[in-house]
Formats: sequence, structure tokens, C-alpha cells
Amino acid sequence: MNIEDRVLVAELCAARAGLKIDPEKTYFLESRLAPVARREGFVSIVDMVDALRNRSEERLVWAVVEALAAGETAFFRDREPFRLFRDVVLPTLAKRVESRPIRVWSAACGSGQEVYSLAIEVDEHRAQLGGAKIELFASDLSERALEKAQSGLFTQFEVQRGLPIRRLVAHFEKVDEMWAIAPKIRQMVRWRRVNLVSEFSGGAQFDVIFCRHVLGSLIEPMQVRVIENLARALAPDGFLFLSEGEAPTGFAKALTPVAGAPGLFVRNPAWRAAAA
Amino acid sequence: MKTCLVVDDSRVIRKVARRILEDMGFEIAEAADGMEALAWCRAAMPDAVLLDWNMPVMNGIDFLRHLRQEPGGDRPTVVFCTVESDVAHIREALEAGADEYIMKPFDGDIIASKLAEVGLA
Repeated sequence: MNIEDRVLVAELCAARAGLKIDPEKTYFLESRLAPVARREGFVSIVDMVDALRNRSEERLVWAVVEALAAGETAFFRDREPFRLFRDVVLPTLAKRVESRPIRVWSAACGSGQEVYSLAIEVDEHRAQLGGAKIELFASDLSERALEKAQSGLFTQFEVQRGLPIRRLVAHFEKVDEMWAIAPKIRQMVRWRRVNLVSEFSGGAQFDVIFCRHVLGSLIEPMQVRVIENLARALAPDGFLFLSEGEAPTGFAKALTPVAGAPGLFVRNPAWRAAAA
Repeated sequence: MKTCLVVDDSRVIRKVARRILEDMGFEIAEAADGMEALAWCRAAMPDAVLLDWNMPVMNGIDFLRHLRQEPGGDRPTVVFCTVESDVAHIREALEAGADEYIMKPFDGDIIASKLAEVGLA
């Protein structure tokens, strides 16, 4: 790929999904795009980029953007947010007087490790939640990622990242060379394609949103837009988990950090009034 | 410095594991089978044991059962590291007193992740 090709792809990613892609990272771009070119029937990545340039078919554009959007992931990644979810956030929400279900959203769920980790926490601690009903939702930009996530199938490599062995045997079953998450856990999650930089409303309010290791991969103007989109989707007394140190400078209008819990935010009441 | 005994009949695996664990700040001892490992443990109990399953002389699961009977043998954190990857083997290991379980092939990230689970990294 020459520099023009790489810049074209980077610009496409920024425009469609707000992704910050460094056009200098030739190896990254080529290793991600080679399988896409093969799958889409092109002789080379360069042929595929030419096709993007000449007749940018929506389907092909998204195949490219999605391939470059995928990030690293692991079960119970960073550990502490899942402990906070289990020990602080869920008990707080379960004590609410209203009897509506607690709605939890894993935004940019990738291949599903985060939302399944949340599902495992819920499943293991139901007894402490006083019968509160919990609904789990997961979304990603990529249809392919969603398909993989929904299958609940993980490689041996994937189940050894962040997943303690006792939880593996408790919640997974070995199927040939893969590990399949228990249907009981898999069926707890509802899936949907969402582009976080687009308008997404539908009025759905979430009590907990996990959106971790996402903002850092976006260009700056989009970081603020995503924060505002998330804040709008957050219930007034809800909790938002970002990655530690990932909140963009413009977050302060919409969110207030929770003391002693790095990466955890609640809605700023003043911003809510302004947005309403 | 924490000590880790690497038990594997493959010299290559021991070398790879040694490099990863030394980078994580462990002091390493090596044994090529369960009997040798038991001798090490009787002389000086390590903080952690990275343990293969299939080995000549004494295999990993027999070593683990012996170890847990030894005075002070309940102390080391034992992490299996083996090609055996079926649920029956994993359950047997946990019942015999293993703390964690790695299915080969492994890399530095997997070892780090597993040792973090047992509070050693």
C-alpha cells in the first residue's frame, strides 16, 4: 500500500466511525486488510483500495472500517471495573425502590468478552441482588464481531486471557477445539449493531454502560460526541464505565467522576437539565 | 524475590518458561519430573510451581498429591501447564489442589494473566 492508499483508508475510517488510524502504520493496515481483500475476492489490498476509490460500495467500505476498528480484548479486562460492577454498582441499583429491570449495556463489545464477563458476575451473584431483574445488551460497529460474539465460541487462546480456570469450567463447555459459553449465560445477552458516533436514540435508557478502551481509538472531536451520546443514553442515576485515564477533556459538562473509582462516572445533573 | 519451580520434561519449555518468569521477577529452579520436583520442594519450598502433567518417573498430578501431603506443601501456588485441555483433566487438577491451569501452547500474556488470578503478578 502506498501512502495515498493508506491515507484514503484512514480518512474513510475517521469519516464513518471516528476511528483514529495512523496512515504510517503500514504493517497494521496491511495485516488487517489482507484477509478482507481475500474474502472480498480481490487479488491484492491495492486492488481493493482502488475499488474503494472508484466506486465506493457501502458494503465494502464497512468491511474495511470494521476490520480496522477491532481492538484488543480479554475476559474481565482490568479486573477492577468488574469488581465495582458487582460490589458497588449492582447492589446500589438493586436497592432502588422502582421495580423496573436494571439495564446494562456493553458498548463496542467486540467479540463479547466484556458482556459475557458481566453476565458471569450477574449469574454468580444473583442471590445477593434481592431478585432484581437484570437485562444485558451488547453492541458493536461490526456485524462480523457481533456474529462471533453471539456464537459464544472462543479459542483456547481467548479463554486464557483474563478468565480464571474455575470460571472456565463453571461456565464453558469444550466443543472440539473451541470453548462454548453455557447457553444460560449466552441467552442473557441481547445484541445490536450500533455506530457510537452516529445518532442512536430510541429513548432507551441504561442504568450501566461499559464503554472501555474505545475513546482512545477515536479522533478527538468524535470522543466528545461519543461521550455525549453515551451520557444521553444513561439513566439519570446510572453509571458509566470508561477506561482509566480515557475520558476526553470535554467530558466535564456531561459527566462527573466517582471519587475513588477511576474510570467510573455518573451523569452531571446540570447537563441533564440542559439536554432535556 | 519470589521463587518458582518450573517442572517439565522438555528442556525447551523449561527455558521458555524460565525466560518469561524471570522477566516477571521470579527466581527460577527447574526440575525434569515430579520426583525431582519433590526433592526440590523438600529442600526449599518455592512460592510457585509451574507444572507439566505428562512426565516420566512421576507425573504432575502425582507430584501435586504428594506435595500437598508434605509439611508446608499447602503453601506453594501450583499452576498446571499442560497440553491436556479437557474438562476432566482440569477438574482432576483442581480437586488435587491446583490453583490455576494453563493449556499449552502458552505465551507471556497467558502466564501473566494466570499468575495475576492467583495474586502472584
